[in-house]
Amino acid sequence: MTDLTSLTIAEAREKLRGREITSTELTDAYLSAIDAANDTLNAYVKVTADKAREMAKASDERLANGAGGALEGIPLGIKDLFGTEGVHTQACSHVLDGFEPRYESTVTANLWADGAVMLGKLNMDEFAMGSSNETSYYGPVKNPWRARESNKDLVPGGSSGGSAAAVSAFLCAGATATDTGGSIRQPAAFTGTVGIKPTYGRCSRWGVVAFASSLDQAGPITRDVRDAAIMLKSMASVDPKDTTSVDRPVPDYESALGQSVRGMKIGIPAEYRMDGMPEEIETLWQKGMAWLRDAGAEIVDITLPHTKYALPAYYIVAPAEASSNLARYDGVRYGLRVPGKDITEMYEKTRAAGFGHEVKRRILIGTYVLSAGYYDAYYLRAQKVRTLIKRDFETVFADGVDAILTPATPSAAFGIADQDMAADPVKMYLNDIFTVTVNMAGLPGIAVPAGLDAQGLPLGLQLIGKPFDEETLFRTAHVLEQAAGHFPVEKWW
Amino acid sequence: MSVDLATVKRVAKLARIAVTDDEASSLEGELNTILGFVEQLNEVDISGVEPMTSVIPMEMRKRKDAVTDGDKADDITANAPASEDNFFLVPKVVE
Repeated sequence: MTDLTSLTIAEAREKLRGREITSTELTDAYLSAIDAANDTLNAYVKVTADKAREMAKASDERLANGAGGALEGIPLGIKDLFGTEGVHTQACSHVLDGFEPRYESTVTANLWADGAVMLGKLNMDEFAMGSSNETSYYGPVKNPWRARESNKDLVPGGSSGGSAAAVSAFLCAGATATDTGGSIRQPAAFTGTVGIKPTYGRCSRWGVVAFASSLDQAGPITRDVRDAAIMLKSMASVDPKDTTSVDRPVPDYESALGQSVRGMKIGIPAEYRMDGMPEEIETLWQKGMAWLRDAGAEIVDITLPHTKYALPAYYIVAPAEASSNLARYDGVRYGLRVPGKDITEMYEKTRAAGFGHEVKRRILIGTYVLSAGYYDAYYLRAQKVRTLIKRDFETVFADGVDAILTPATPSAAFGIADQDMAADPVKMYLNDIFTVTVNMAGLPGIAVPAGLDAQGLPLGLQLIGKPFDEETLFRTAHVLEQAAGHFPVEKWW
Repeated sequence: MSVDLATVKRVAKLARIAVTDDEASSLEGELNTILGFVEQLNEVDISGVEPMTSVIPMEMRKRKDAVTDGDKADDITANAPASEDNFFLVPKVVE
């Protein structure tokens, strides 16, 4: 039974349609795998076994009648940030204690409409604020990957750490995730999985707990590029309930796979060669260039001069938007309430008890940069720098570059409770140095596993594309994947 | 620019988050580390640059000005820590 969990979404889809397996068998295999692993890995914060079996049974009936959607009978994990009707939705925060929405997010509704099965809700950094999944109220997730001959626990990255760990450890066929500064791509790189953050506006944000609304985008984490193409097609839609969702047809991303990259221009940005970047990252990057060159693409040097300012600008824009979005958690309408002698004290005590330290830190930074007298110096300046960052990309794309190749992260996965990271918040923030520019400019980016480091830990490469040109990313990522091969994790849990 | 202890406490008050003295003093250091990091934005020449308002150029879609939703008072108060007859209950705010 357990080998059913090793099927990719594409493989399971064929077997389900061919009636070789049933969704009930597949779902049961995943539920058993979760049961055996979750105490150790802590990837799921809520397993919805009854609901999963019910949905699987309905899928089997549809499949038996020759009907069924694009994801019929495929068991998925859902990041705790997505509102799921009647089911635990807390953004892994204590402040949303007991919250079960009476509505379904548009992205998950799209997945269920296509026949997918929900296994449960996945762990994440509280309100998606973090790069290690250590800020979750439900405790850290363990990366299914360990260094060779080591039993040291590593982080899966964040904020979609539960999503990445569950996909990598065969605890779901694919998972939803979200990305505000790198929260899909960095955990994908740390766990040897594929993660795509589509163009801002490609997926509806309706029903997804908001962190920084001008940056947040949903996307999938999967075991290979084809599965990411299949899932994104279902997740993406125009939605009257999100006015920033874009009204243009969703292409059949899967058909981009296998197309040649011959003649394509791939940009290599000089600014992504950072001081102190490990030699192994540089070597991997060179390999990526060679693979694409061998496939007929032209590798060109480009410059994105404002790259180094993306992360500092992000740490103004994102906390500012978060401080405003998170004002709604006040103990009145949902979640936790801590009583006080008057309403102000009730707000203050509720928010003090409900938010974790990282979330408080970001709310305070956001409140400060938006406060009277500081708005121009911080927020307005950061939004101007953001215009310049976007202009850098527009210039290279106008010069004929089709996609940009960079490393996904500046290092492989690090240890849980890393002392350096704990001592200096900025060290943790530097994890997103290669991914955050993409959010600031609203562009699509995909992380693909490309190799292992000397310790046997996965490393990823990132491709950045033009707005709404996810097809080029899938096409190019598929070429990288074919050249690099697959990196399944060795089971120890 | 950097913050002092009094500013941390004032900002925490604005954000409606109770902080202890110990928390406030450790936050002072952490916030200054972050503010120090973002200081480098001052190197950038932003003269004549428009602030970003939307990453993707788009016109805001407007819907018809009509009631399309409602009659959900039970749903809306279902998750409230305290409610009565579809009203949210809070501590007394007017004397």
